[in-house]
Amino acid sequence: MSGKPILHYCDARGRMESIRWLLAAVGVEFEERLLQTKDDLTKLRKSGTLLFQQVPMVEIDGMKMVQTRAILSYIAGKYNLYGKDLKERVLIDMYVEAIMDVNDLFITHEILLGDERKQQFATIVDKVTNRYFPVFEKVLKDHGQDFLVGNQLSRADVQLLEVILMVEEGKPDILAKFPLLQSFKARISNIPTIKKFLQPGSQRKQPIPEKNIDQVMKIFS
Amino acid sequence: ILDGSLLFQQVPMVEIDGMKMVQTRAILSYIAGKYSLYGKDLKERALIDMYVEGIADLLQMVLAFPFSPPEAKEKNLDSIKEKATSRYFPVFEKALKQHGQDFLVGNKFSWADVQLMQAILEVEEKIPAVLSGFPQLQAFKTKMSNMPTIKKFLQPGSPRKPPADEHYVETVLNIFMR
Repeated sequence: MSGKPILHYCDARGRMESIRWLLAAVGVEFEERLLQTKDDLTKLRKSGTLLFQQVPMVEIDGMKMVQTRAILSYIAGKYNLYGKDLKERVLIDMYVEAIMDVNDLFITHEILLGDERKQQFATIVDKVTNRYFPVFEKVLKDHGQDFLVGNQLSRADVQLLEVILMVEEGKPDILAKFPLLQSFKARISNIPTIKKFLQPGSQRKQPIPEKNIDQVMKIFS
Repeated sequence: ILDGSLLFQQVPMVEIDGMKMVQTRAILSYIAGKYSLYGKDLKERALIDMYVEGIADLLQMVLAFPFSPPEAKEKNLDSIKEKATSRYFPVFEKALKQHGQDFLVGNKFSWADVQLMQAILEVEEKIPAVLSGFPQLQAFKTKMSNMPTIKKFLQPGSPRKPPADEHYVETVLNIFMR
């Protein structure tokens, strides 16, 4: 019994990656049980530990938590990454929900191939360039502070960095027109816990190699 | 969009307490927090969040249904019925049975109860007998229906919107897609 959170998911970013990021950012070590086959998922379902028969599932503080947003909210609340009052929380929620709309596009992208994959990435680039990044650039410009909300690190900063880096993997110059997001990215990446998570050998997941996509899909078929 | 009131150029947008709030979950969380429908501590909140998110997945299927092409409608309806009766409703039936209380979490009215009530009524509109086999949920539905504020909302003339029909689908597509 290590007391560390235990993450149940497959070996992919998917709907668990934001949770990995947040735990890493707050310096909480975690273990992972990676599902490799459909049998693994079936066993987990039969054990009665998945409230709605789905993963992600995170064993934390005596709970078997499911639902990505519920888990993220719990971690953020517990470790003080959710603002100091209701109004800051609301701002964080608005930002984070928009960021998660982009995460959803990536979740789809992760398992696509060929032209469909390219098209999905083009959609992502379009949305972040025209709808999302301008908003966060303006937020940083308007208050001139280091963090998105309340002049302190919050889940919004961590989740935005995650998305910025994922887009950059496919389009390295995505931040060309967003100077404040560039310095934001450098600043947040240098936070010791996050810097560590960004190093090779961490539990951060890479995009699924195309040859393995089929195998991962079989788990959920 | 043009007057700059929509943070990400999307609706819903709710003007409340001096803010122009967007993102459905952000708005719901704010209202729940402000009016004490979010449990008494972090752990109750976590349970409420888990329930609400699960129900939201079911509601998403109901939301998407009117927009499915005619040939997919029957299959989608079966899917809603299957998920409601084998994945979601059993969880809440069991929760209510186990603690024997009137409300899902913490013996107190919360966001989760409202969300579940919405889901029950909206699924019932499509599948009238969906609660047969769920006696706890039937009693829950009755209790919720009798809460004065909810009772009022369920009456004709309230702001509650009717189920989506073809006219609604056309309107939505015209506003957002064309």
